[in-house]
Amino acid sequence: MSNLRFWACGLLLVLTGWLLGRLVSNEYAFFAGYSVLQYILLATAWNILGGYAGYVNFGTAAFFALGAYVSVALNKMYALPLPVLIVAGGVASGLVGLLMGSLTLKLRGVFFSIATLALAIVSQAVITNWEYVGGASGAYVLRPRMGPLGGSYIEYLFYTMLVMAVAAVALARTIERSKVGYGLSAIRDDELAAEASGVPTLKLKLLATVASGTLMGMAGAPLPFYVAYLDPPSAFNLAYAVNTIAMPLVGGTGTWIGPVLGAILLTVVQETAMVTISSAANLLIVGLLMVGFITLAPNGIVGMVRSLREGRK
Amino acid sequence: MTQPLRLAHAAGHEKNKWGDYDRMPDPSAILNAVVAGVLLGGFYAAVALGIAIAFGMLDIPNLSHPAFVVMGAFATWVLNSTFGIDPIVAGLLMTGPFFILGVLLYRLYHTCFESRGEAPLQGLAFFFGILFITEVVLVLTAGADYRSVQADYIGVSLNLGSLTLPFRMLVPFVVSIAMLFALQQFLTRSFTGRAILAVSQDKLALQLMGVSPTRIKALAFGISIATAAVAGSLLIIIQPVEPSIGRDFIGRAFAAVVLGGMGSFWGMLIASIILGITESIVSDMWNPSWAPAIAFGFLLPTLAFRSGGLLGRKL
Repeated sequence: MSNLRFWACGLLLVLTGWLLGRLVSNEYAFFAGYSVLQYILLATAWNILGGYAGYVNFGTAAFFALGAYVSVALNKMYALPLPVLIVAGGVASGLVGLLMGSLTLKLRGVFFSIATLALAIVSQAVITNWEYVGGASGAYVLRPRMGPLGGSYIEYLFYTMLVMAVAAVALARTIERSKVGYGLSAIRDDELAAEASGVPTLKLKLLATVASGTLMGMAGAPLPFYVAYLDPPSAFNLAYAVNTIAMPLVGGTGTWIGPVLGAILLTVVQETAMVTISSAANLLIVGLLMVGFITLAPNGIVGMVRSLREGRK
Repeated sequence: MTQPLRLAHAAGHEKNKWGDYDRMPDPSAILNAVVAGVLLGGFYAAVALGIAIAFGMLDIPNLSHPAFVVMGAFATWVLNSTFGIDPIVAGLLMTGPFFILGVLLYRLYHTCFESRGEAPLQGLAFFFGILFITEVVLVLTAGADYRSVQADYIGVSLNLGSLTLPFRMLVPFVVSIAMLFALQQFLTRSFTGRAILAVSQDKLALQLMGVSPTRIKALAFGISIATAAVAGSLLIIIQPVEPSIGRDFIGRAFAAVVLGGMGSFWGMLIASIILGITESIVSDMWNPSWAPAIAFGFLLPTLAFRSGGLLGRKL
């Protein structure tokens, strides 16, 4: 896809989303749409570090929940508008990413992954002990009735998430095609060789970690308004981490379109399974799909489509 | 414009956290906390042992190990509640099936990831998926409730002066140390054990001696999963178990292995005990909800400043 076409498509998508939103009167459509977009944003964010550089982050829930809780705390203090909360959540998570990265990215990727796993546990302990944002008993958040652009507040949340998701995909695509992206894939393929040929590996990895963490924090910031009641077990739910990893792996990790495809596919599958089977089964489906794809089709749907095309030629 | 949020605290546990603990802690309370921590650390070593083998020696990042520990706990629960078998015996009985499970899991991992060359991303995600699947399958088959076992020594304590040693902590400690010692002997004395040590040090040299590294690794990985059966039986003696409890041990077990120094059993034991003592003191003197965070407090500085751990090779 050429640059012009990509940007035109992105803009068109936002506009169609907005127009459709004006026509739809069913609130459920916004709730479901928000959830899909939130996962597109999270999966894209994860993929910037995990897919391009090959560093697996298990701590999505930590970055995501940090964004959400920063937004709870700031709103309690000053009642700021949503875009400001999103920026604040992003900055906070980005800083955590920078700190984590600078301490652990010098080692092999597996140690970074273990540290992120532990990060999710420690940040949950911190939030559970932070009484100001509700501690273990959770925080009730009053969702305003009307959005600032007219329409219901959930409609406003939906548009906000739509803009963020499209922007994140655009950012991921820009990174993928820039020098930074090539550097990151060099790290993924052979870090030692990359280092030897002059790629500033540590700097690039840090950059990717901060970008990825920032986007996850931004994704979390509107969450308190979306759920209206937030407690640590739900904000740090393992399902966020599993889904965020499963989606790019199912879709295909090397490209920006992979996480988008994976996020749409898995959210639809889960919404269907939730209604038709049970909520425990839907998590099992995600786990099985993830393990199935990484063992049988390591390049995801994108890779399958690509090999089909090449086979036809 | 957005309206101000209203936050409400549901439960009223507004008691001053410090109020209770202002006075000087009494020395026998500290002694009890330290001893409880040593016992707890001994149990952590049983969980970390499998990771010390898989991750420390074979370089397989088996994140799902704690899930197998929980699986072992549930198997113990089934054997104990239906046949009345002693939990420790049940754990030992399960080592056979768990060994086979481990060998099969390694075969799958080897064919899909290891033999395809370096694929750390997929391998990590694979084990993360296995962790998740095991947990959900346990919820679907055994339910999400807490389960516990019956044995004569559970609920009884040994009193030495002002020191109280509950047998439900003492027995796991002894079994764990025994298991660690037995495996250490096996690794240093037997031919197979030495081959396992060799594969962790120099795969090529082992191949030149006519031993297949894949077979040895499958064997070693089988042993590492077999230790999870025993660790699971110890876990359910110490506390009631529900399927998602395993996650709490991932950070602890990996912290113990990294802090102890990759591949060093004794380093791992010392690290586990340090971790146990710190957790016990923090829980007793301050607040138990901080306990899971302590492992991270050890892990991060170790990774950042002393990646060789206490007694190990540098990473």
